[in-house]
Order: sequence, then C-alpha cells, then structure tokens
Amino acid sequence: MSSEEADIRDKMKGILEKVGNKRENLIPILQQIQEEFGYLLPDAMLEVARFLNIPEIDVYSVATFYNQFRLTPPGKHSVRVCMGTACHVKGGHITLAAWQRRLKIESGQTTPDREFDLDTVACVGCCAMAPVTVVDKKVQAKADPTRVDGILLQFQLQKEKEDKVTN
Amino acid sequence: MKESAQPVGTSIFDEIRKRAESHWENLWNDQKPVILVGTATCGRAAGALDVLQAVKEVVKNRNLECGIFEVGCLGHCYAEPLVIIRKPGYPSICYGHVTPVLAENLVANLILNNDPSLEFVLGALEANDLVPSFSDFPRAQYEKRIILRNCGRISPDEIEHYIAQGGYLSLVKALRMKPEEIVEEIKRSKLRGLGGAGFPAGEKWEVCRQSKGEPKYLICNGDEGDPGAFMDRAILESDPHSVLEGMIIAGHAIGARHGYIYVRAEYPLAVQKVQNAIRQAAELKFLGQNILGSDFSFDITLFQGSGAFVCGEATAMIASIEGKPGIPRHRPPRLATKGLFGKPTVLNNVKTLAYVPHIVKNGVEWFSQIGTEKSKGTAVFALAGKVVNTGLVEVPMGTTLRQLIFQVGGGITKGKRFKAVQIGGPSGGCLPEEALDIPIDFDSLQERGAMMGSGGMVVLDEDDCMVEMARYFLDFTQKESCGKCTLCRLGTKQMLDILEDITKGRGEMEDLETLEELAEDIKTGSLCGLGRTAPNPVLTTLKYFRDEYKAHIKERRCPALMCQSLMAYYILPEKCARGCDACVGTCTVEAISTDKKRRIKVIDQEKCVKCNTCMAACPPQYNAVVKLSPPDQVPKPK
Repeated sequence: MSSEEADIRDKMKGILEKVGNKRENLIPILQQIQEEFGYLLPDAMLEVARFLNIPEIDVYSVATFYNQFRLTPPGKHSVRVCMGTACHVKGGHITLAAWQRRLKIESGQTTPDREFDLDTVACVGCCAMAPVTVVDKKVQAKADPTRVDGILLQFQLQKEKEDKVTN
Repeated sequence: MKESAQPVGTSIFDEIRKRAESHWENLWNDQKPVILVGTATCGRAAGALDVLQAVKEVVKNRNLECGIFEVGCLGHCYAEPLVIIRKPGYPSICYGHVTPVLAENLVANLILNNDPSLEFVLGALEANDLVPSFSDFPRAQYEKRIILRNCGRISPDEIEHYIAQGGYLSLVKALRMKPEEIVEEIKRSKLRGLGGAGFPAGEKWEVCRQSKGEPKYLICNGDEGDPGAFMDRAILESDPHSVLEGMIIAGHAIGARHGYIYVRAEYPLAVQKVQNAIRQAAELKFLGQNILGSDFSFDITLFQGSGAFVCGEATAMIASIEGKPGIPRHRPPRLATKGLFGKPTVLNNVKTLAYVPHIVKNGVEWFSQIGTEKSKGTAVFALAGKVVNTGLVEVPMGTTLRQLIFQVGGGITKGKRFKAVQIGGPSGGCLPEEALDIPIDFDSLQERGAMMGSGGMVVLDEDDCMVEMARYFLDFTQKESCGKCTLCRLGTKQMLDILEDITKGRGEMEDLETLEELAEDIKTGSLCGLGRTAPNPVLTTLKYFRDEYKAHIKERRCPALMCQSLMAYYILPEKCARGCDACVGTCTVEAISTDKKRRIKVIDQEKCVKCNTCMAACPPQYNAVVKLSPPDQVPKPK
C-alpha cells in the first residue's frame, strides 16, 4: 500500500468513526469526504457503501444526483460563477464566458495544470452584488470580465512570488 | 403528555433573561462606544471582513475602549459594507459603502474628535436631531419589520443579544400553553406558508398533531433554491435564534420530539450561524431534554442540502434527509400523516417559523390587523436586478408592486425605463407595468400568472430581453428537473430548444403555439411544483410581451439588444474621440484597433465576443459605443 492510499484510508476511518451507519447519514458522509479530499474518490464511495451496508449504486446515484458533489479532482483554486437571476440580468453569462476564455476550459472542467477548476452555481444569494463569482469560497462582487482578469492577475503574481521563494 | 401544574421554567428563564439584559445594557448604555460591522454574505462580498479588520486595528492602535460586534444584514445591501458606530451622547450612526481606510477615519473621527463625518452617513438607527434616521427615509412608511426586526442590529453569534430583545419569551409562554391551544392560535391567525405556496400553517399543524404515529417530525425548509432570492439566507445569518424559537414552539405544538433544519450548502455562513445558535440554545436548555424544566423535549439537527433545486419541494426534501436522491413522490398521503421516515411531519419555511414567536407573543388580533383579507402579516422580499436600493424589505401584504419598486426600492438604476418585474423565481412570472398597481398577496399574484414564491423579486429594465429571460428560467428548470415525470423531463427540454432557436434568430411563428401547448401539457402532466410551475415564465412573457417574441422571429431583431446572436457592438465614428483609447486597452480579446486613415477605433466583428467591456469603458462624454440589432445594421468596413 502506498503512503497516499494509507493516508486516504486513515482519513476515511476518521470520517466514518464519527457517524453511525444509518442510511440517512449518507449525504453528510459524502459531504465530509468531499470537504476532506475535494471530490468523491471511487474507493471512498465503495467504502461508504460497505459501511452503510447499501448497494454501491445507491451511493453513486446520490453522488450524481446532487450538484454539490464532484467525481473528478478539483483544481488548486475553485471558481464558481453564479448563474442566478440577478447575476444573469447583470451579465453573469458574459462573466462565465470570460472565465472560459481566460482559463481555456469549459464549465465543469479543471485546467491541465490543475491550478483552476471552473463551475457554475445556481445562486449564492448575493443578488444585490451581482454579477458575482465565488473564488476559493470568497464571494467576489461585481465580477465583470475586467474583474476576472484582475483576479487572475492576482493569482499569477502570487504564484510568481511563491516560485521565487522556492527557487 | 401530562400538564404542568407549575408555571414552567419561570425562574430559570428569568435568571437567563436578567443576565442577558444586563449584558445588553452594559453594552449600549455604558460609557464605552460600540462598533457594529455587517458581515453577512452580502457585506462580505463587498469587503466587510477587510473593514472589520481595519476597525479592529484602529481600535487597538489608538487604544480605544470599545466593543466591536459582527452583525447580520440590515437589508440595505446596495450600500454594503455597512458600519454602525454608537458613541454615548450620539445616535447610532450607520455608514454605507465603507472601505477599510474610510472605516479607520470614521472610527477615529467620531470617537476621538466627536466628528460624525456627515458626508458618509447613510442613516441613524433611531430618530435624533443630528442626522437623518432610517425612519425618515421615504421607504420607512411602507416598511414594517417584524421578522427582520433584529436583523443587522444584534449579533447572530450571541444568544444574549436575542434574549435581551425579548427572545425566547414566547417559548416560555408557549410551554405554559397546551399544545392544542398553540395550534388553535396559529390556525386562527390564518398564518400562511411563507415559502411560496401559501398553505395555511395551522391546518398542517392540526392534521399532524392529530395523526397517529410516533415519533413526529418538524422540518424547517431553508433550501432557498430560487435564483434571485436571499431572504431566508439573510434571516438565518442575521437572526438564527428567531427561527429556532419558532421551531421549538412548533415542535411543542405538533408533538414532535425531533426537528431538522435544512439549509443549502451554497449558504456556508448560514450553516455556521445556525450550528452555533443550536449549540447555544442547547447550553441554555432551550433545546434537549425537558426544555426549561418542562416535560417537553426537543432536538434540532442541521441538515445541509447538496445543491438540488427540487429539494425545496417537501417530499423531495424528505427523500434527501433520508439519504436518497431528492425525487418527489405523489401526495397524498400528506406529509402531516406520512412524512419523514413514514411518520407524521410538518414542513414549514424559515419565515413561517420565524413568525410563530411573534404570533404567540402578540396574539392573533395583532397579527390579523396586518395585511389583506386573505393574506395576513408581512412579506419579505429580496429586491435585486435593475433597482436602485437592492436589498431586503419587509412590507405588509397588500403593498403594491409600484410602492415596493419605486418608493422602497428607489426606482430603476441609471434612469432607465421599467419593463417588468420577475417574481417567484423559476416558478413565477414576469409582470409588466400594467400590473404594478395590484396589491401583492398570495392570490393576486397567482391570478396574474406569477406567484409569491419565496419572495425573490428581480426588476428588469428596457435592456432586458423577455425572451431571453424565459429561456434563462427554462434552462434552469430543465437542468433541475429530477427526471421522474416524462413531461417535465422532456417537455422542458423541448421548450428550451425552441426558445434557444428564437433567441438565435431561428424561430418560426408556429413555435409560439407549440410553446403554449407544451406549457399546458407540462403543467398537467407533472407531479410536483417544479414541473407544474416551470412553464410560468414562458406563459407570462408570451402573454405580456408577445411583441418581443414576434420581433425575434419576424425581424431577427432583439428589441432589448440583449440576445447576443442578434446584436453587434459598433463604434460611432462621429462620436469616437480621436485621442482616447479606453476601449482598445480594455477589450478582452483585442478586437478593437485604430483605423489609421480615419483616426477612429474600429471593432473587428469576427473577433468580438460581445462582452460589453468597451461599452462600459467608453467615457460617458463620448458615449460612442452602441449596440445594434440585427447585427447587419453595422456598416460594412470600406
């Protein structure tokens, strides 16, 4: 067993130890797994099925039904463009197009260098600040295409600084 | 359940209350100034956490003796971040649009130099001679804050603040009442479900109370999935205890032992505040075994939703809590007889439950005086879109849309013309100017083809295309349809395809009839509210804005200049300033260049992605960038 696998097993054990094996704990368990690893690993889902003593397909059906769960590894930074009504009338779709253009990926994908993952979110309830994008869990207000460039530039500068320190 | 002979919990609660009140008095009447920073999600989006940090630093660096608290949402979201400073001898002054630097100055000016910095004042919390107060605002005469009463004025993290405002007093009163009496009170009050459908809450409670089957469950629906709505988020973030108190009273009334509060995962801050509030309430014995010494026991579990709109539907929510995909089931059996885990269950919205303590405290007569004949009380709306004062408002039922948008909301931004107001999210509809004078209640809105929904209200102006709005909502419902009912699953997809064709200039006139037919079929053939109301945005726009559909189909033109396939950006040569290149620098795809011969800027239509950046960048004194529809209006380059 590699150290990575052992690490996953330990973390899974930590999550499952704290909850009972009732079916109704399925969603909270999956939420904790995603919180821990950033996505739902296939092995983790299998283990949950064993733990709750339910068919594997039941775990998979819940994991794919809800928008919150992702089955692929996330990027280092998460970008969630709000598609709510207020954001839409203030150009949310234009903001999304700007992210897609700059990151060169579609919504639901991760950049090849694993720096960013891009997705949409139905509404984060910040309608008064529309259009918004949630970047690394922080809500960015009035995120138009120029703001998108600004945010990306910030990350780029930060990365260059970090690279300089490590070199 | 045996009746309690002795007034329940009086001595325990009196002590808690005394402590909370003296804590509050110390805070507000002492010689120390108090600073409140609004850090609900809206505030944070505008930078409130940086402001909070700046306030903390200036207080520390200048050795100021004052209390700093994070509060929730005052409802003035347009002016976020908000800071309220109260200095003894001065009113509590609320400042808007505060930046970290400004915050430092405001604090130092008022507290050290007695200068209230009048130019940055938004309003004072109480009437006074120094600065205009919120009650002097024109909107104040229309507003009536009952469930938003504490929002933005108390710290959601401190249960003492809530108790000092009279919180949990209704719980004590309710614990002394027989459960049947509470049910009767709520029934007589005619409180209707504020989640949107408007079903009488008391009736649900009564059926559940009388149903056989133990244990019974109570669920609070905080899965505010409507895009464009944020009332429940603001209440949960700003005053979570009011919802918990309502839940405990409801639990007592229906005979439930266990309650769930279902909050969307997209609201991480609300989740955190509710979690904290549950912990605090349990510490003071408002939750748990033998609440305040009575024989009533009740627990609340927080359940985080996982981003599925359909889970706002009651039976889907129950499936979700049971750990299954959120797929609705047929009703009957009603939830009140067979709900969560097959047991009698009551499911109420956040706002409905937040109302319960007020009704228990002030009585049915008080409540009956507010609102209209059939819809009592107040309604909370989230104003967003093209309206000046975006934010949260609470008005009595029966207020007109015009009062709400123009008096409370301050009218349309940038002096544009009002076109429509979208109410009730994907289940609601778009109402035109003619409908502005109808008094808002559950029934009047339904008659017009819209619905109250949870209370999201998005104002649209002349720049918003109604066909595109209909397409947007269909896109949403089509994606969120759980797939159980064929007509909802496939019908919405068909409607979406047709609408997409129309917005791209590929529509035919017959499409409009097909849309209407499909809409009726989907309404009839769907099990739950999602499918039954999904066609509403299309039907209302077809009814009130048919001409716009016709322009898209017959002239391949978008009158609002919004549908990207049907419009183009163009720089008017006669208006373009020769030396300016604001647009060239900001263009995100380098589509704008200088025509050397004519010395003006020209957009390369092939490269242009229609992101609107050049239009926003062109200085207002030139205003040279225009949108044209259809795109062939743009003159061909010579």
